[in-house]
Amino acid sequence: MSALALSGAIEAGLLFSLVALGVYLSFRVLNFPDLTVDGSFPLGAAATAVAIVHGINPFVATAIGTVAGCCAGFVSAYLNVRFKILNLLAGILTMVALYSINLRVMGRPNISLYGEETIFTPIANLIDLGLWTNSVILLVIAVAMKLLVDWFLGTQVGLAVRASGENPVMARAQSVDNGRMTIIGMTLSNGLVGLAGALFAQSQGVADVSLGIGTIVTGLAALIIGETLFGSIKVAWATLGCLVGAVLYRLFIAAALSAGFLGIQAQDLNLVTAVVVAVAVILSQARRNSRFRLWPWLRRQVTQPQPQKG
Amino acid sequence: MLRQKLAACAAALLLCATAAPAWSAETTKVAITYIVDHPAIDAARMGIVDALAEGGYTEGETLDITVQSAQGNMPTQLQIAKAFAGLKPDLLIAISTPSAQALQSAAGDIPVVFAAVTDPVEAKLVASLESPGGTITGTSDKQPFGPTLELIRSLVPDATTIGVIYNAGEANSVSQVAALKLEIEALGLKLEESTASQTAMVADAAVSLAGRADAILIPTDSTVVAAVESVVNVGEKAKIPVFASDTTSVERGALAALGFDYYKLGRLTGEMAIRILQGESPGAIPVGTLDTQDLYLNRTSAAAMGVTLPDALLETAKKVVD
Repeated sequence: MSALALSGAIEAGLLFSLVALGVYLSFRVLNFPDLTVDGSFPLGAAATAVAIVHGINPFVATAIGTVAGCCAGFVSAYLNVRFKILNLLAGILTMVALYSINLRVMGRPNISLYGEETIFTPIANLIDLGLWTNSVILLVIAVAMKLLVDWFLGTQVGLAVRASGENPVMARAQSVDNGRMTIIGMTLSNGLVGLAGALFAQSQGVADVSLGIGTIVTGLAALIIGETLFGSIKVAWATLGCLVGAVLYRLFIAAALSAGFLGIQAQDLNLVTAVVVAVAVILSQARRNSRFRLWPWLRRQVTQPQPQKG
Repeated sequence: MLRQKLAACAAALLLCATAAPAWSAETTKVAITYIVDHPAIDAARMGIVDALAEGGYTEGETLDITVQSAQGNMPTQLQIAKAFAGLKPDLLIAISTPSAQALQSAAGDIPVVFAAVTDPVEAKLVASLESPGGTITGTSDKQPFGPTLELIRSLVPDATTIGVIYNAGEANSVSQVAALKLEIEALGLKLEESTASQTAMVADAAVSLAGRADAILIPTDSTVVAAVESVVNVGEKAKIPVFASDTTSVERGALAALGFDYYKLGRLTGEMAIRILQGESPGAIPVGTLDTQDLYLNRTSAAAMGVTLPDALLETAKKVVD
């Protein structure tokens, strides 16, 4: 693997670590299987790209992309909370709608940011690390977001969000408004994904309407790899897992891409993804009794007494 | 436990790192990438490889070729671009717009040749078609619609409204439909648009044109072309002639197509690649395109769609499908 391929993998990994943090908030903290991300990722990219092309300061443009992502998360959560649409379906509906919205936002399917000023240009002018400039900037942003999520989940509101995801009945008994917590958590989650999209468009120089395909798979894969390595009980470890997991996942992809390795070729990538995730899940089964949360959750689902009719 | 797992991961990655492809010193190195596997893209790729071979760059002898598909995934495409740039080949080749854009931002000073990009200027790949500047040039698959519209008018003389089905999410298609609209209106005809964002929605898009259009024209849109059979199905039931812009669709039931042969477009790209490998600057080579379109006709579909194919036309066809 060349240095450039390595830096590309780390860059992509750090970008997707933000997606993984978002997915952690929705899937794990809120227990909300949210598929909005396949739409909010390109939405963040689209909004930012359009803003930059119109001459808006790239930092403001990035904020616009993040807020756009927040809005997408809000819509999914609102559909679920206010109209009682199944969480999975609410996310799918928003994701499907976002495809059309992204086309409207961009006005065309593909905007190139080649040669435009991005948030990376002024920083690169300040400290030029060559190949690694983008990676270092993204590392700083990813760590900052990790710490932000850690901090948030420790606040009063954050604790309430966790409680309502962990045990809504108990949370309600403690006068926590579960609906509001879902909305807050989902808005933040998709804001992180929107930010990832905004940074993706700027670091790679292009926003495309088909950008979102597979975002959720990558995010989940990163999350699961991270959980396998670091466990998921302590927030700080879980969020660290998101960062490390996303980078590792992209490194695996880079490995699969370097021709000649075990005869794996690019067309086998999807299979590699599936195998990586499956192996990560199998490894984490070993810890199901101690720290992995999915299994107690599944067991709860299975053993819960069904409500009697009549 | 944790340390063991981290160590295992590190070891696995180290193994991958050492398994990078070994280029030999004397051969020319070329890397080709494309966004998704698709008949037209495959044909272009074969054209490129064949043209290189005829120009003295034979794969496995004097040429090392690495080929990778991004399987429709943009982040993977960008990672492939970086990995390719890291291999430091003599030339990078991209087939399709997103692949070309990905290589553009990763390539540095390695020359890039693209194939089958409909609007290279809009995609910010080149400064202008005549003098691209920079280190990138290639071939465009933007087709003139004039001859196709003439064909439609001769076969369906009383057509006043032409329906078009495309995916509004494909940059190539949007730019084609914009050009088509101008040409159709210049002829005093009307354009009816119908869009499908996925292959599964093509049938509905076609049905929605029944009663609204006298003929259907399909641009080179990979979503719609992937489900051309469902358009043909509607065309046969509603007796609306279906025209395509790629010749493979005719073999799958479209009545007629005047289209680029993507293999030939690939060959043209390959010839440009050779010029660059021999030292020409990409920025000085104008964006190429084909000036000939091949006519394919389908006799069975013509009968089913209520169109008679005149003998004179059948003689000019490159291929008639029965």
